[in-house]
Order: sequence, then C-alpha cells, then structure tokens
Amino acid sequence: MAEILVLVDHSEGSVKKVTLELLTLARSLGTPSAVWLGGGADAAALAQLAEYGAETVYVADSADLDDYLVAPKAEALASLIADKAPTAVLIASTADGKEIAGRVAIKAESGIITDAVGVDADLTATQSVFGGSTVVKSKVTRGTPIITVRPNSTAPEAAPAAGNRADVAVSVSDAAKSARVTGRTVAQRGGRPDLAEAAIVVSGGRGVGGSEGFGVVEALADTLGAAVGASRAATDAGWYPHQFQVGQTGKTVSPQLYIANGISGAIQHRAGMQTSKTIVVVNKDPEAPIFELADFGVVGDLFAVVPQLTEEIAKRRA
Amino acid sequence: MKVAVCVKQVPDTWAEKRLKPEDSTLDRESAEGVLNELDEYAVEESLRLIEAHGGEVVVVSMGPERAGETIRKALSMGADAGIHVIDDALHGSDAIATSAALAKALEGRGFDLIVFGSESTDARMSVVPAMVAERLGLPQVTFAQKVEVDGSTVRIERQTEYGFDTVEAPLPAVVSVVEKINEPRYPSFKGIMAAKKKPVETLAVADLGLEPATVGLGAAWSGVADFAARPPKAAGTVVSDDGQGGVQIAEFLTVQKFI
Repeated sequence: MAEILVLVDHSEGSVKKVTLELLTLARSLGTPSAVWLGGGADAAALAQLAEYGAETVYVADSADLDDYLVAPKAEALASLIADKAPTAVLIASTADGKEIAGRVAIKAESGIITDAVGVDADLTATQSVFGGSTVVKSKVTRGTPIITVRPNSTAPEAAPAAGNRADVAVSVSDAAKSARVTGRTVAQRGGRPDLAEAAIVVSGGRGVGGSEGFGVVEALADTLGAAVGASRAATDAGWYPHQFQVGQTGKTVSPQLYIANGISGAIQHRAGMQTSKTIVVVNKDPEAPIFELADFGVVGDLFAVVPQLTEEIAKRRA
Repeated sequence: MKVAVCVKQVPDTWAEKRLKPEDSTLDRESAEGVLNELDEYAVEESLRLIEAHGGEVVVVSMGPERAGETIRKALSMGADAGIHVIDDALHGSDAIATSAALAKALEGRGFDLIVFGSESTDARMSVVPAMVAERLGLPQVTFAQKVEVDGSTVRIERQTEYGFDTVEAPLPAVVSVVEKINEPRYPSFKGIMAAKKKPVETLAVADLGLEPATVGLGAAWSGVADFAARPPKAAGTVVSDDGQGGVQIAEFLTVQKFI
C-alpha cells in the first residue's frame, strides 16, 4: 500500500502531539512511516509512534542533524524520499517544518503545499487562507506531494501498528553544515503548552490594559491547562512578549477552544484564530466585531467575568 | 558590506483579500498594495547593518509594475538601489518558481547578506528564504529576532516556540527577520525626494537566464483545484454580564465538555 512519510516533530526526546495527528491523517492516505531525524529516538518514543499507526520508523541519528539549522534535515529527508519513493510526505506546519519542506521540495523537484488543515484520500489539500475567510482546495501536480499540516487539524487516534525501527545512514554535505546552532535559550513559560499546539488558548488584548492585567488571563489559562495568546495591540504595547501574538503577523492557531478577552477582533487578529472550533468572547463593547465569531459571548468587564470564570471552573472540578 | 533586502508588495494587511475566480490567483487590484509589513523590519534591519558596518543596501522585488511603488518605499527609507524582477510570464508563480527567479536575480552580485521578512502577509508560506538559500547553496539564518555581523560571521537569535536558538554562519548568508526585531523608520520627506533619483534596474525572465515555460501559473508544481468563501459562522449566544457572566461561561464550557 502507498507509503506516506511523516516527519516526526520532537523535542528533548518526546514526540510532539502534532506528529500523532499527522500519523492519524496519514492512515487515511496510505500506510504511515515515521521519520525520526536526530537523536533521542528511544523505545518509549518509538512505541508511541507505533501506537498511532507507524508501520515503520526510519531513524537517522546523527549529531549533524541536531547541531545545524534545517539544511541537514532537509538533505536526510530528501535522500529518504529518493530511496523510498513515498506517495506523499507530511510535515508539521512549524517554522522548522515549513523550511525543511521548502528545501525538500526543491531537492525532490516536487510541489509543496503549506498550512493544510486537511488532506483527502486523493491528496487534495484543504487550506484556510486570508485569515480563514477563504477555503482553498489544492493539489500538488509534480513529484512527491510535500504537504505541511497545521497543528490541531486532525484529532489524534491510536491505531497500533508494527513500528519497526529501520536505521538509515546519513551523510550530510559540508554545504548543509554552515548554519550552526550554538545555543538554545528556554524562556520561562510556567509549563504552559505551545501556543500553536495547544487544545485551548486564552488570550488578552487592549482591554487587558497593561502587563499586570495579563495575570487574570494567565490564571484562567492555567486553570484550563491552556496556552496564553495576545493580540497585536497587547504585544505592540509591550504588555506581553511578541512570540505569543496571535494574528495576521503572528501565530495562526486553531484550538478546540479559544477564549478572547478584551480583544475587539480586528481582521489582524481574526486572521490568526477564526478557525478555532469553539470561541468564547469577553468584551465590554457590545459592538466589538469579535462577537460575530463567538459561540458564547459575555458583554462585560473582563476583570469581573474572567476571575469569576476561573473560580467557577476550579469549583466545578473540585 | 553589500546587503540585498527582498521585499514583496501585498494587499493592505487590513483589507479583505480574495482570489480571482478566473485563475485562482490573488486579486491584487481589489485592495491597496503595500510593502509587506514584515519586510519593513527586513529593510530597517538592513539599513541598521549598513549604518553600523558601512556599505550599501539593494532592494529586490518581484512583481507587476505597481510593485515598483514598494521598491520606492524601501528606497525612501534609505536603501541605495533597486532591482525589479518584472515579467508577465511570472504571473501566478508558485514559491518554487519565485525562489528560482529571486536566486537568479541575486546571484553573482557579491551580496554578503540577503535579508527577507519572515513571511508575506498574503501567502504566509514562510518558505522562500529557505528556498533561496537552498538554490544559492548559502547558509540560512532565519526567523531572527536579533542579527549581529562580526567580521565574516553572522550571528542571530532564532525565535522558537520555547525561547530562541543562537545560530551562526559564515557570510554570505540568507537571513529572515521576525516582527519586532526593530522599529521601522518612516521615510522622511528628504528620503522620499531622494528615492525618485535612485537607480532601479529591471530584469525580465530572459535576463535571469530562465526559460519562460519554467515560471508562472502554468509551470507551478501545485495548483488550486477549487476555492470558496468560508461559510459564515452560525450566530452564537451573547449575554450581558449581570454579575453571573463568568458562571454562565463555565456552564457553557461544561455543556461543551471542556470542563
């Protein structure tokens, strides 16, 4: 049956949730094979990939894949594509994932589609573009379809498969070893999930009024195990770090639940969140356009509503 | 130091964007064209590097005639010269062909750094910088929130989900920058006047040494089969806070099984 390569997104030896989503999606297209590039592929990680349907796990373990930016991974993946001639390749739509995909597409002389939110059995990809206002169906017409898929596009479902480990040799060219990663700096983020991957995102905007106001947003997020996001108004004002910006010039998120607090919903922001499955809005302005997206909205003061919500959730869980 | 900064004209960030029914390409006429916001940071960073190290900044753009306005904007901010890759045959090019055309326009000109914004606000693919690096065989140091050049080395902080990575590479190299790396300057009146006299070279597909059949919509390696406006969302429930707003949301979340 058609082999679908899924590039494993991993960090410190643990498999990111998006990989399990991609394996689930790959099963509807053919037989998934996971591709692990770099170190850290231990038995537990392999077992998890098998649990979600990887028939084979190709492991290319070389320090060169971890120590340099993107290019060596693209070489290793392209060489595997040349060797295995898969039907398609699925990669997570992250910064690294998209850059690897772009380089691989050129090496493999193949078309690329980024930010798919779904892929049909005939490899037609669905994209949600222009901030979710337009739904596009696209297809790669040359080579091996290289498709990057947004996190939270598919609900991960286990379906155990063999998960046979197949080690592959890597030889990375000198040219690919030119951008060296010399340090990794981890910012404190209180153990919250990644914004792009989180099932729930709680965000704050202009109505939060200042950096200290984000305390109520963070408290709600932590009660729900959610990531924290911010509108551009809030990040531009310096109230919250820029990497948490959701919107046209920031991150695009598509969580199960998005709670927008004190955000008016300018197109700039809607572009980054309007494909969220369920949207809850708290804003004191009843005319705020964000209410058009709300499944449930409360017109009111977020500093009254949000702490009450946090408390009520804790109470209901007790 | 010689810096190329690649910029794109895009529909105004705040405008509703749409595709043209006849060929499923972006309708560039329905909204005002502006310098891609994220490219403003790239232009600013290029100018700052030159102010610190000396040299020149060449702004490079591929696009139809009106993209010339975008080149002028970058020139009015302070770039020294422009290259406009312009040819009807390029209409509808995918990222693969775009990167091929840009690589041809850039190569052999002795650029030490080729700087991009991290993505365009229309297509939002974020792949062209990596593709250009791939085609030119240059190191890529992308998604930079900080760029430093030290002799023949460029060092960046690459924004990540968890913080940042420090990455370094020898020059020449391809850089992309994220929003907020700097505060882009506004063109001064003097800058706007000076920009009118700065040289802009135009390059057609033939000048790049590319076959017209390898670029444009017909040569794309992927295509749009179909598109439609997203169906409007069914109206939700909106209530006024009567002192129980938080509890009402909790009730909604319980029914939806989030709690």
